[in-house]
Amino acid sequence: MSETPRLYVEPGIVRLSGGWTLAEMLPNLASLQSALASAPDGDSQWDLSSVTRLDSAAAVLLWRAWGGTWPERLAVSDLHRQIIERVAALPREVAAPVMRRQHLPEIVGVEVLKALRNLRGMITLFGQLLLDCGFLLRHPREVPWREFSANVYKAGAQALPVTALVGFLIGVTISYLSALQLKTFGADLFIVNILGISIIRELGPVLVAVLVAGRSGSAMTAQIGVMRVTEEIDALSTMGISRSLRIVFPKIFGLTVAMPLLVLWTSAIALLGGMLAALLQLDLSLAYFIDNLPRAVPVANLVIGLGKGFVFGFVIAVVACYFGLHVKPNTESLAANTTSAVVTAITTVILIDAIFAILTRQIGVP
Amino acid sequence: MTGNGPVIELRGVGTRFGDRVVHRNLDLRIEAGQIVGLLGGSGSGKTTLLREILGLQRPDQGSVHLFGADLNDPDMQLQRHLRQRLGMLFQHGALFSALSVFDNIAFPLRELHAMDEDWIRRLVHLKLAMVGLDATHGPMMPAELSGGMVKRVALARALALEPELLLLDEPTAGLDPDRSQNFVELVGNLQRELGLTVVMVTHDLNTLAGLATHVAVLAEQRIAAFGTRDEIMTVDHPFVTGFFGADRRKLL
Repeated sequence: MSETPRLYVEPGIVRLSGGWTLAEMLPNLASLQSALASAPDGDSQWDLSSVTRLDSAAAVLLWRAWGGTWPERLAVSDLHRQIIERVAALPREVAAPVMRRQHLPEIVGVEVLKALRNLRGMITLFGQLLLDCGFLLRHPREVPWREFSANVYKAGAQALPVTALVGFLIGVTISYLSALQLKTFGADLFIVNILGISIIRELGPVLVAVLVAGRSGSAMTAQIGVMRVTEEIDALSTMGISRSLRIVFPKIFGLTVAMPLLVLWTSAIALLGGMLAALLQLDLSLAYFIDNLPRAVPVANLVIGLGKGFVFGFVIAVVACYFGLHVKPNTESLAANTTSAVVTAITTVILIDAIFAILTRQIGVP
Repeated sequence: MTGNGPVIELRGVGTRFGDRVVHRNLDLRIEAGQIVGLLGGSGSGKTTLLREILGLQRPDQGSVHLFGADLNDPDMQLQRHLRQRLGMLFQHGALFSALSVFDNIAFPLRELHAMDEDWIRRLVHLKLAMVGLDATHGPMMPAELSGGMVKRVALARALALEPELLLLDEPTAGLDPDRSQNFVELVGNLQRELGLTVVMVTHDLNTLAGLATHVAVLAEQRIAAFGTRDEIMTVDHPFVTGFFGADRRKLL
C-alpha cells in the first residue's frame, strides 16, 4: 500500500508521501488532520516531492495547515503546485452563508399574505372559468368532451370501489354503535331516522369529499404540476390551445359532475351496511327499514346531500387546479403544493359543510 | 488502492428491453488514464452502457468490473466505496432541485460525515471556480440557472469527491462553442493533474477531437471498433465512415 498518505515530521522539515487524495485519506482522516495541525508551520521546510497524487481536497487541507500562506521553503512538483495555487487563489476567508432569522409576527404575516394571495388566485381562476364558459356557449364545438369524460371516469368511476368499501364500513359502525344505545331505551325503531339523516345528509357527502380530495385532488395537483415542470403546459400554449380550457375546465366540471353521483352511491352503500348491522343487532327486517326510510327522512335531505356533493366537487377541483398551476419547477414545490391542495380542500369542504348546516337548519327535519 | 488492472472491464455483456436486443456479447476494457469517447448512432445503447457501468442497471448477461471489483458484489460497503471513486455527469444535470447550487455540490462531501464545514465550504468554492462559476452562484436554485450553468454545476458536483473515473453523458451538448471549448480544456487539465479516467458519450466532433485519446464505436449491438483516435479514423466500418464523413480531416 504505497499509496497510503503519510506525514513525517523531522526537525526543520515536514515530509509528505503517498497518494494525498480524498479516498486515500478517508480511512485515517482524523490522525492525518491532527498530525498536520501539530506540524510546525511557517519557517520549517515542506517536502512534497514524494507525493504521488494530490487532489484539491488535500490541497485545501494543506493550505489550511499552512495558515493561508506559502511556506518559505517548499519542494513540490509543478503539477501539484498548480493544484495548490488554485486553492491559494480563493479568497482567504470564505464567508459562511448568512442564515436570516425569522420572527413570529413575520412568520404569521407571511402566512396570512400567502393565504390571501391563494384566495385571490382562486377567485381569478373562477373568473377565468366563467369566461371559458361564456366562450364555450358561443363556440359549442370547442367543448373538450373527451377530456371531460376522461375526468368523470378517472375521478368518478374508478373511485367507486374505495368509496363503497369505506361507506359500507362506516354504515356498519354507526348502526352498530347506535343500536347499542337505542336498545337500552327501547327505541330500536329510531335506528332508521338516525342512519337516514346522518348518512344521507351529512356523512355521505363529507366522507366522499375527504376521500376524493385525497385521491383525485392530489392527483390533479401533481399532474398539472409535473406538466408545468416538464413545460408541457407551455407546449400546449404554443400550439394555441388554452390551458384553462383544455386542462382546468374538464377537471373542474368532471369532478363537479362526478361528485353527486359518488355521494349517491356511497350513501346507498352506507345505508346498506347500516341495514345489515341493524338486522343482525336489532332484528329489524330490511323490508321494514326500506318502508320507513321515506317517512323518517324527507326527500329534502337527499337534495341537500347531493347539493353538497356538487359544491364539494367543485371546490376540491378548483383548489387542486389552483395549486397545480402554481407549482414551481422543483420537487420541493411539487410536494408542498400537493400537500397544500389536499389540506386546503379538506378544510374548505368542512368549512362549507358548516355553512350548509347553518343555512339549511330548518329544511328537511321531520 | 489503484491496481494496475483495467479501470472498467465489461465481459460478454448482453442487454435486452423486451424483444429488442441492445447489446450482445459486448466486451470493453478501459485502462487507467484513458479518455474514451463512446460513439454510436441514436438508440444504439450508449446511455444504457453508461448506466450499466454505473451499476444503475444490471445487464442480462455478462459482468461489469470497476477497478477490478464486480458491480454485482453483494457487499454494501464495497459498493459504496466503489461509487465514491466515480463521478457522473448526467445529460440534463440531474441536480437536486430542492437544494441550492452550493448544497448540491456540498451534498456528496457532507455524506462522508468526515469533513468540517470550513473544509467543505472551501472545496465547494474551489469546484465552483474550477468550472468557471463564483461564490455568487452558490445560493441560486437549479431552476434559476441556464442550461449551460446547470451542466457546469453538475460537473462540479461530479468532481466533488475527487473521482478517479469520470463518466460524461453528452457533456458539451447545449453549450456554445466557446464554453464547450473551455469545458474540453477543463476536463483535459483535470485529467492531466489527477490522472483521471474519462468515459464520455458525445456527438460533438470538436469535443472528441479535443479530448479523447481513445474511441470506442458502438454499432451492431457490440463494440465494433476500439482503439486510439488515429487508429479509429482509418477503420473501414460503415458507421465510422458515415459519422466522421467529410470531417475526418479535422480530427487528424
